[in-house]
Amino acid sequence: MKSIIAVFTVLTAIIAIWYIACVPMNIKGVLDGAERAGIEVVPETARERRDMSEIGLVISNRFAIDETWSQDRPRLPAPHQVAVELWETTVEKKITSKRSLIYHGQVTLSATLLGFAIGTGLGILLAVGIVHSRVMDMSVMPWAIVSQTIPIIALAPMIIVVLYSVGVQGLLPKAIISAYLSFFPVVVGMVKGLRSPDHMQLDLLKTYSASTAQGFWKLRLPSSLPYLFASLKIGIAASLVGAIVGELPTGAVAGLGARLLAGSYYGQTVQIWSALFAAAILAAALVAALGLIERLLLGRMGVKT
Amino acid sequence: MMLVGLAVIAWGVGWWVNAQLANGPLAHHRSVQLAVPGIFGLTLLVMWELLVRGLDVSLVILPAPTVILARFGTSLPILWADFMQTIVKGALSGYVLGCAAALLTAVAVDRSDFLRRGLLPIGNFVAALPIVGTAPILVMWFGFDWHSKAAVVVVMVFFPVLVNTVAGLRETDQMQRDLMQTYAAGYWQSFFKLRLPAALPFIFNGLKVSTTLALVGAIVAEFFGSPTVGMGFRISTSVGQLALDMVWAEIVVAALAGSAFYGAMAKLEGLLTFWHPSQRRT
Repeated sequence: MKSIIAVFTVLTAIIAIWYIACVPMNIKGVLDGAERAGIEVVPETARERRDMSEIGLVISNRFAIDETWSQDRPRLPAPHQVAVELWETTVEKKITSKRSLIYHGQVTLSATLLGFAIGTGLGILLAVGIVHSRVMDMSVMPWAIVSQTIPIIALAPMIIVVLYSVGVQGLLPKAIISAYLSFFPVVVGMVKGLRSPDHMQLDLLKTYSASTAQGFWKLRLPSSLPYLFASLKIGIAASLVGAIVGELPTGAVAGLGARLLAGSYYGQTVQIWSALFAAAILAAALVAALGLIERLLLGRMGVKT
Repeated sequence: MMLVGLAVIAWGVGWWVNAQLANGPLAHHRSVQLAVPGIFGLTLLVMWELLVRGLDVSLVILPAPTVILARFGTSLPILWADFMQTIVKGALSGYVLGCAAALLTAVAVDRSDFLRRGLLPIGNFVAALPIVGTAPILVMWFGFDWHSKAAVVVVMVFFPVLVNTVAGLRETDQMQRDLMQTYAAGYWQSFFKLRLPAALPFIFNGLKVSTTLALVGAIVAEFFGSPTVGMGFRISTSVGQLALDMVWAEIVVAALAGSAFYGAMAKLEGLLTFWHPSQRRT
């Protein structure tokens, strides 16, 4: 309970700071508009105002403060503007509409999920290979770790163009980038998990004369699940980032990344912010869904969390 | 066709050598542990070269390693300029600023239990969000030059470092803190002599994760607008011109910079937390 109050207080403080920050961020735009509308502004021309500090402008033009929260294309939109835009583009628009965030969200989501499934599947397979083969362990594992330090996302534009030139387009190129990003966290976490049973447990199975396969299904796999879920949560967040970035360099027309890009071309800040929040909500929902599956699955297995 | 056959043979030989080394008596020796991944990487490169040449793969799809190397050699000045713009000006300055801000915030947050309870869940939440998405906004605010890239990097590295540092500062147990109390140590004394050293492994965890994030942030931010220099700019324009050898050369630079950056932080960690169990060499 105490934590909830604390989180709530911090959230309120963040929103308050956001509102306050809107005033100096947007004041110049508001004053330019007011001058054009014939309202008296204190330094009269835009050139004089440019050299003044934002705070000074706010103090000498206090009438304009209200306006800074309701501009059309503000530098920093106020929280309620973003909330209204989110509401209008999700609930009030038809899902099939090109302006509906749900439409764009599901484009990104399907690429994310497809890529996540590919990346996780391959990652688990590779981890099983690494655990059972010394050669693979010694030759592949160092590269898997090194590759974590490389900004893989730099490959994204190339993957898309290359796949396009061999005739693959649509969902798959984005999904491959997603898969690539979620692949390595899963490999590293799964290897750790499959190795987590200690010698006593492995020896016990040996005294039961269990085969390698039995040891895998009855001991290694169940004990790897907590590790697997920890890396799945990292992996799905990475997948979403991959899908969004995959939409940037090709000028995609649909998807949250495309919304971000279009917003930044046309200066539609409210649109950028609402796409950003939609992406955040999506990420949070995906991680929460994985957390729920983890709780149910591990609960049935009797793991205490 | 012969080259393809050679590629298969190269794979077989490389795998056989590695199998011998890995299952041999010297498997735990340090030189073997370095040699095996080295041979594996080399085998992959040789196969790549042979397959691309043997199957006549177009330059537009996948250039051979030697072509990339040649391009790397001939465009060193361009690559160096891009490196300075993106890595040194964008990523490094943002990294330093973001980490410093996160560390100071963590120390401030740590003093108040209420703030910690409130900020930690939010920090954890934000650390999982696609923060690269703020790039278009920050590019709009700070202009096309490296300042906006540094700003993206600041936002990206802030939360992982903050969350790790706050968690690390809680690492000491009651006994240790009581001991400092019996020595009549003040807040800052026990902070610098007990809690900060105990938090260092956690802090370095955050710092190491952030090295990759910093490069990602700096490169992706350039997709939203940049001056005519920089790695993200070069990658997106070269892809447009189908000059894939240039793209790969930039990726080599990014890989080298990323590994070196991470390696430097790991080295620093080794120097500062030599006493920690995870640093022990058996």
